[in-house]
Amino acid sequence: MELSKYVSDGTTVITLCGELDSSTAPRTHGSLEELLPEEGTVVLDLSGMSYMSSAGLRVLLLAHRRAQRNGVGLVLASIPEEVRMTMSATGFLEFFTVAGSVAEGVGVLSG
Amino acid sequence: MTGTILPKRIDTEPTSTIAGYSVRPGRPLPFGATLVPGGVNFSVYSNHATGMTLALFRRGELEPMAELRFPESCRTGGVWAMTVFGLDPETLQYGYRVDGPFQPERGDRFDPERIVADPYAALIGGHETWGERSRSDDPYPYRSAVAADDFDWEGDRPLRLAREDLVVYELHVRGFTRHPSSGTTLPGTFAGLVEKIPYLRELGVNCVELMPVFEFDEMENTRIHPETGQPLHNYWGYSTVGFFAPKASYAATGRHGMQLDEFKNMVKQLHRAGIEVMLDVVFNHTAEGNEQGPTISLRGLDNRTYYMLTPDGYYYNFSGTGNTVNCNHPVVRAFVLDCLRYWAAECHVDGFRFDLAAILGRAQDGTPLANPPLLEALAFDPVLQDCKLVAEAWDAGGLYQVGSFPDYCRWSEWNGRYRDTIRRFVKGDAGVTSDMATRFIGSPDLYGGRGTAASVNFVTAHDGFTLRDLFSYNDKHNDANGEQNRDGDNGNHSWNCGWEGGTEDPDVLRLRGRLARNALLLLLTSQGVPMLLSGDEVGRTQYGNNNAYCQDGADYWLDWSPEGSDQDLLRFVRRAVAFRRAHPVLRGGRHLDGRDHGGPLPNVSWHGVRAWTPDWSAHSRLLAAMLYARDGERDDCVYVAANSYWEPLDLELPELPAPLAWRRFADTAEEPPYDVAESGAEPWLADQARIRIGPRAVLVLTADRKTSDEE
Repeated sequence: MELSKYVSDGTTVITLCGELDSSTAPRTHGSLEELLPEEGTVVLDLSGMSYMSSAGLRVLLLAHRRAQRNGVGLVLASIPEEVRMTMSATGFLEFFTVAGSVAEGVGVLSG
Repeated sequence: MTGTILPKRIDTEPTSTIAGYSVRPGRPLPFGATLVPGGVNFSVYSNHATGMTLALFRRGELEPMAELRFPESCRTGGVWAMTVFGLDPETLQYGYRVDGPFQPERGDRFDPERIVADPYAALIGGHETWGERSRSDDPYPYRSAVAADDFDWEGDRPLRLAREDLVVYELHVRGFTRHPSSGTTLPGTFAGLVEKIPYLRELGVNCVELMPVFEFDEMENTRIHPETGQPLHNYWGYSTVGFFAPKASYAATGRHGMQLDEFKNMVKQLHRAGIEVMLDVVFNHTAEGNEQGPTISLRGLDNRTYYMLTPDGYYYNFSGTGNTVNCNHPVVRAFVLDCLRYWAAECHVDGFRFDLAAILGRAQDGTPLANPPLLEALAFDPVLQDCKLVAEAWDAGGLYQVGSFPDYCRWSEWNGRYRDTIRRFVKGDAGVTSDMATRFIGSPDLYGGRGTAASVNFVTAHDGFTLRDLFSYNDKHNDANGEQNRDGDNGNHSWNCGWEGGTEDPDVLRLRGRLARNALLLLLTSQGVPMLLSGDEVGRTQYGNNNAYCQDGADYWLDWSPEGSDQDLLRFVRRAVAFRRAHPVLRGGRHLDGRDHGGPLPNVSWHGVRAWTPDWSAHSRLLAAMLYARDGERDDCVYVAANSYWEPLDLELPELPAPLAWRRFADTAEEPPYDVAESGAEPWLADQARIRIGPRAVLVLTADRKTSDEE
């Protein structure tokens, strides 16, 4: 799992690339804790995610909760179809604001 | 605010190494496999085993990656517990090899050559795809796995609806949305059911009773379809493999091991829609069958504890399926209680319907008990206090306890008497009118003192004909089940209305439609808890098959297409359910006694062709009841007349105290859409003194205050 971060139009964009499962979840959780901004807005770009396990969903929800606590707007962008199905079937999807692309996500957050 | 953060726990370090894994003696409670810091705590019990080995598998690999024998330091009495560190819970599967004697004549069938499943496993791996057979070389086809047990319920609680307010809808998770016409994105799954919540809301039901959702093996059926040669399934799943595990192939996410999350989300979403979740649970027998059956879990862990055995070690068969769970053994009792507590506390399930529940009241030698410890324990358990407990109060060993099931003021029953009487009445049998009257007011003869909600009323359930088939077939047509039509009940109280099976004859079809409406209307205006069988609201057929447990296919799944579903009937049922909700007089918790309690009318009164003059003689086929209750400032008054005679009758209506006047809610003699009005918008009767009831028809009126400008 690779994470990287850049800023687009004042919004922090964090890209997640690879598999998010129990073996990568602890490290990804730690990285997100560091990368998530304390204020402002953030888009998590999931377009490069090839697999999301149960532990992965929990990492995303923890990130969402943390952002909520800090008043940071958070959007999930470009969720791959299989990941989206998993999130939808288990109800995780409904916690999140979702966008089709990073640009759309940035737009949602600045709008 | 910050709380005190204690230093790290002192029991998170390994104390030794077994088979390359760091371990320490585990904690016997809770039973099962539990995630603990750094590892997994495994706890398993058996009163007669002599040794225990934990087998660890990596998902996708046939053979175990390690086997860890429990050292003596990990044993407390009959419980073996060990914490194993450094495991990946998402790819881990596990099971047990159990040492002990193989002496069937003494009841012991230990076989350390086999690996058996943990009876407490919250996940069972290996059968994530519906209809896929186990590999023949798989040493361990039903694999225990560890579930993530954290879930964000967002404040969800069980709904605690009053029992008498329930309208139950019995459905099969797969059959409900598997049909291509369902329009769901995840057909045949818990998630697919969530997509259909708007339909359930519109139908008006407030409790779904799910046919078995504990892991079972649909491929255990060895019969084949006599015409197609295709293998038949155990589609219904009354054959449990894992009592704590939601069926993996009922979850779209089962292949990712997330069936528990998907199940919990389904419960949460149903609760949001005001719909309770009741599970049909099968504790009377297991998928292990008799002496010839597979060893999956309980047989290998402690056969003589879990099963009722004859003195020479064979299986008693009160369930009709090969074995009988030894429910009133103290260990089994505790296991059942643990299981139900799990579903209630961890999964927010609102109630349970117990398959062949009479078995749960039998002693270890099969004798019926007056005060069965298991039933008593369930009735008084604090975790289950708000759960509905519903008994199918009979078994396959001839014990029939409808009206006499040990209830502890807690249990309800599937009222088999209601089912038989309403069927006979609606099809026009002579001599059942007074019995129908008793069923209509909540069977006080059976449940006096227990309240009306002790009676779960139904016309049809998964066992037997669908409602449409009830009035389309005189006889069962079960050849497709591969047993030359020998299976299934012969006593159906059905009537084909003049032609056996499918027909284009408009008179026959009209009569069938009317009888179905008669039954539904009586059901939904009866005191007690009505239960609808999924699909009956749209005229689903099983082609005369009254035991469709093995029929998994588009012909048997619920057809959602407009051409495959009777939309007129659907409107009728929706409105009848709404009418029940609008009229508390139809769902009082106490049995009506026929007195006026200070009001202008008795709470129930009986009528006939002449008002206040019922005819209870054997040749009478007319039932007419008026129900009355004062609901705050409002009068709640409903008149139900059911004529199962083949000629029309002119009825004198009971006179109402001014300013009340009659409005007509439903008349099944009318063609749709005039057969039913919208509740609250019923037309006033032009003639308030008399009304004609059609042949084989049911009429429902309601009284309202009428001002002179409402002519």
